[in-house]
Formats: sequence, structure tokens, C-alpha cells
Amino acid sequence: MRFIFKIRYQQDIALFRHDGQRFWYGLLAIALLLAPLGLDTFYLGELALVCIYAIAGIGLMLLVGYTGLVSLGHAAFLAIGAYAHAILMTNGVPFPVSLILASLVCAVIGAIIGLPAMRMTGIYLAIATLAFAFIVEHAIAHMEPLTGGFRGMPVPRPILFGLDLGAAVPFYFVCLFILIACLFGALNLLRSPTGRAMISIRDSEISAQSIGIDLVRTKSVAFAISAGFTGLAGGLFAHDFGYLSPDTFTILTSIQLLLMVVVGGLGSLHGVVFGAIFVVLLPQCIALVRDWLPPTVGQLPGLEPGLFGLVLMLFLIYEPLGIYGRWRKIRDYFEAFPLYRKATHKRQRSYLRTERVK
Amino acid sequence: MIDVLQLLISGISLGCVYGLIALGFVLIYKATEMVNFAQGDIMMLGAFVAFTYINTLGMPFLWGVLATIATMAVFGMLIERLALRRMIGEPPFSVLMITIGLGFIFRAAAGAIWGNDPKSIASPLTGGVLRIGDLTVGYENLAVIGGTSVLCAGLYLFFRFSRLGIAMQATSQNQLAAFYIGIPVKRIFSIVWALSCAIAAAAGILVAPVSLIDPTIGFIGIKAFAAAIVGGFGSLPGAILGGLIVGIAEQFAGLYGPTGSADISAYVIILLMLFARPEGLFATIQRKKV
Repeated sequence: MRFIFKIRYQQDIALFRHDGQRFWYGLLAIALLLAPLGLDTFYLGELALVCIYAIAGIGLMLLVGYTGLVSLGHAAFLAIGAYAHAILMTNGVPFPVSLILASLVCAVIGAIIGLPAMRMTGIYLAIATLAFAFIVEHAIAHMEPLTGGFRGMPVPRPILFGLDLGAAVPFYFVCLFILIACLFGALNLLRSPTGRAMISIRDSEISAQSIGIDLVRTKSVAFAISAGFTGLAGGLFAHDFGYLSPDTFTILTSIQLLLMVVVGGLGSLHGVVFGAIFVVLLPQCIALVRDWLPPTVGQLPGLEPGLFGLVLMLFLIYEPLGIYGRWRKIRDYFEAFPLYRKATHKRQRSYLRTERVK
Repeated sequence: MIDVLQLLISGISLGCVYGLIALGFVLIYKATEMVNFAQGDIMMLGAFVAFTYINTLGMPFLWGVLATIATMAVFGMLIERLALRRMIGEPPFSVLMITIGLGFIFRAAAGAIWGNDPKSIASPLTGGVLRIGDLTVGYENLAVIGGTSVLCAGLYLFFRFSRLGIAMQATSQNQLAAFYIGIPVKRIFSIVWALSCAIAAAAGILVAPVSLIDPTIGFIGIKAFAAAIVGGFGSLPGAILGGLIVGIAEQFAGLYGPTGSADISAYVIILLMLFARPEGLFATIQRKKV
């Protein structure tokens, strides 16, 4: 068992809590940097996909896991980011500038949608974002001159200083670099006053307001930041797919993002990465299992979404803290052996939360 | 003029279906504070069960309808017992995700059992047409409107006069207080789910002769959200009224609006409503005061 003896206030908000963390994260960083040496193109592509999903997941986690607002329409921001990026690049804007602009476009749209949406809570926001996602999907299909409509539009290759970043190895490094930058950004946000305000809103809106937090401002900032991260991931997705069409990002994508956040573990950035790995691995596992199953079951068209639903339910019922929660339980078990108590991780249930008056 | 009347009637009949699904949402939301995203998919299952009883097993139509409603009521109770009872006291977000997961499972299961080709149920009313002057109304549409009215009247009487209905109202107003005065809150939850699934099944049976059924018709559940939101999400008559507004708006948008506006009119209504008057026409929700 490790006891951290804090001698400075700075230690409370340090990025790394102790040397052990520094060692393991350093080792992980080295392994990721050396990955192209040991992995072939396919696995490198999957790893890049994990990074992209994780970037989108950071966006959604900031909203769902840290601010307590639910969005069922985050695929819309992926789509806006992807299309904005593709349109900007087609018009000759260089790759990094275009990516940042696409992310900003998403943040602005997020703020515009978010500002009035902030008057509502919980379920209303979820439904509003769902409606927003459908409208965006529809708008993309019908804004033909800009988006190519149902025919779709090709995404130009990302070229920077004459170097083709679209090839497997450079693309992997681009995604990895952006993911690490986003993780640092999110970590810093979460130890800043804005991030703390977000967390306090998640825990209790009423008490947050009582200590002087501007609810509307903080919520819209959270929504804008979340949309910005997701838009960034959308731009990278555009390169991963190479071709965009209105049905690239659907309601299923939104649910997949939520699945990622829930399965990874709500309220932790570790969870985002675990969830991203899970979401990328699951279709591969299904493809493997498909061959085993009898053809009538294995070839069902709805098998994948159905399994997504099943996994989501099982996690929510049996492991609401997600993969990261399970990992923490296992770690605590060994750290405290033989004194581990199950109740340590028991969650408080709450029965009275109604906002209805009649 | 006759066009407008014709559209109005088909809008009302479509709106009744939305209203019925919305009624299911509102019932569950009122009693259990849970929002059931799978309501549309439960309606889809109801339609398929009816298809099995009536077309495959060859039951008479009326018996098939009753058997379907009974089956779905038991099914609703099972869902509550197996999945949602464990979620009592968990954050609302988790419950919402559970029902989304349920919806996906139902869709996959329906695809596996009944296949993905559209099917239709032969009802005794199919094909019949009522003519009033230049106006033609299909019997199916009349059945939808009539069925909805009967169901609403029945529900009104149930909630107004029966012991169980009043217990449900009490539970919906304050779970803890209802528990203290001896209402078996958990059993009430089961019954509410059964009731809501039965209503969804009725909606499925009513919609099946009008439009073909396939595993994706559950998505009209999302349009029913628009109905529930217009009505205020906690009000039963509001849900039906909201359904009618959404249904009529959709029909008129289809004729007079630009292409595709019928598809998104419900979503535009959701956003407009939430921006303008988030508490709905019949407000039942307010921010808790400290």
C-alpha cells in the first residue's frame, strides 16, 4: 500500500501523483512511440483509430462524465467537424490550420446549440441533442453544393511540408500526438476553476449555484469544449475514412460514443482510453465469433448493434464504474490485501431527485 | 379545401399513433422517473407479436389483439423485473442508457426472429373506405382514431376511479411518501411497465395495417418524443394533444414545405419547443427550490 505524504498544496493538483505513475506512463509512451517498429499496417491503423475514438471520447467525457450533461447527438459534431475539415482542405487550407478551424466551428455551433439548451436539464437536453443530430444529418444530405449530398465527398490527403501524413505510420503519429495533447488539455482543464465548476455542477446543480458558479456560462463552456474536441476527432475520422457521406455518422455513432464513455468508466480520462480500445476491439471480436456461430445467427445484420446494446446493459447493471472502475477495484484489492472491503466502492443510491411539482 | 381536410384526417390518425407511444413514455416517466427510449421498439415488438398470432397462427383478429396485449403486458413486467428494478436509485443517465441498450437488443432480436422484410397484418378493416362527399377516409385510419379515443377514455376512468390507478398517481407524485402510506411501490412499477407496454402493443396493432411493419419502425418512437415534449412530458392528455400537433404538422410540412421537411418536422418541433417553452404546454416540471 502506498501512502502519499503531501507536503505542498501543489501536490493536490499535480498531473502525476507519484514516481510510480511517472515510470509507468513513461514506459507506455516509449512503447507507443516504438509501436510502428513491431506492428504491421493493419494494427497500426487500428491503434490510430483508438486514438481518434479516444479524442472524441474526451469530448463526450467532459460533458457526460464531468459536467453531468447527456448528449445523444455527438455524432453530429463528428459529422460537422469531418465535413468542415474536408471542405476547408478542398479549398486549399493547410492540414493543421483546417483541423483547428474545423474544431473551432464545432465549438461555436456547440455553444450556439448549447446556450438555449442549457435551460433544460437531463432528459430534455438528451432529446434536444438527439433532434439536433437528426437535423444535421438531414442538412448534410440536402446541402448539395457544399457537401455533395448523398453522393458524398472525397477527403483530400493530409499533406504538410510535402510529407504525406495519410500513410499509416505518419497518420498514427499525428493521431497519437493530438490525443496526448488533448489528454493534457483535458487534465489541465479539469484542475482549473472552469473544470472544477463543471464537476461541482455534476455533483449538485443547486449547491454549485449556491457557491456562486454561473450555471449557464459553465454549462455552455463545457458544451462548446466538448463539441470542439469531438469536431477535432471528426476531422481525423475524415482522413481515416477517406470519403464522407451523410450516413457516415448516424445515431448509432452517437450511441457508440456513449457506450465508449460508459464502458470505459464515467468520470475518468483513463476510462476514455479503455473505452476507445473496447469500441475498436469489439467489432473485431464479433467478426471472429461470427465464424464460429451457426450461419443463421452469425450473419444477422443487426448482430453488432444488438451486442452493443447487450454489453451496454450488462456494464450498467453489473459494473457501473466501467473498465476503469474494475481495474481500480482489482488494484485496491492487491494493495490492501488481505484487508480489502467491498463496501469501499459501493455507490450511494438516491431515491428522491424529482423536479416535478405534481 | 378538401385537400386540407384530407391532410388533417391523415395527420390526426398519424398523430394518434405518436400520441399513444408518447402516452407510454409519459406513464413510465410519471410513475418511475425513468425515460424509456425503447418505447418505439416495444411498439414494434407488439406489432410483430400480433403478426405472429394473427397471420402465422391464424387466430381470429380480435382474439389475436387481446392475446398480443396480454403477452406484451407480461413482457413489460419482465423487462422491469430483470433490468430496471436493479436500476432504482441509480443516476437517471444510467437508466436512460439501459433503455437505449434494450431498444437495440429488441431491434436485433426482431430482425433475427421475423426477418427484415416489411410485413403487413390482415385486419378485417383493410381496404375499406368511408366516403363523405369528396372526402375519402380509410377504415384503418378511422380505427386508429377510434382505438385511441377508446384507450384514452379507458385510461382516464382507470386513473380517476380505480384503486390501482389512484395508487399509481400517488406513486408518481412522491415515491417515498407513497411507500410510507403502504403502497407497494415496486409492484406499482411493474404494473406501470405492463400498462405502458400494453399501450405500446395497442399502438403497434393500430399502426400495422396503415404502414408495413419491419424492425426499424421503432424509430418513430423518437418522433413520439416530440409529442411528449410538446405535451410537457408529465401530462397524459398533453401527450395525446402533442401527438396530434406533431402528426398534423408532419402531414402539412410534407405537402407545403420543401422536400424532406416532413422527415425533420418533428425534430424541429422538439428544438423549437425546448427553446421556447421547455416545460411544455402542460407544465408539470419545475426546478426544485431549496
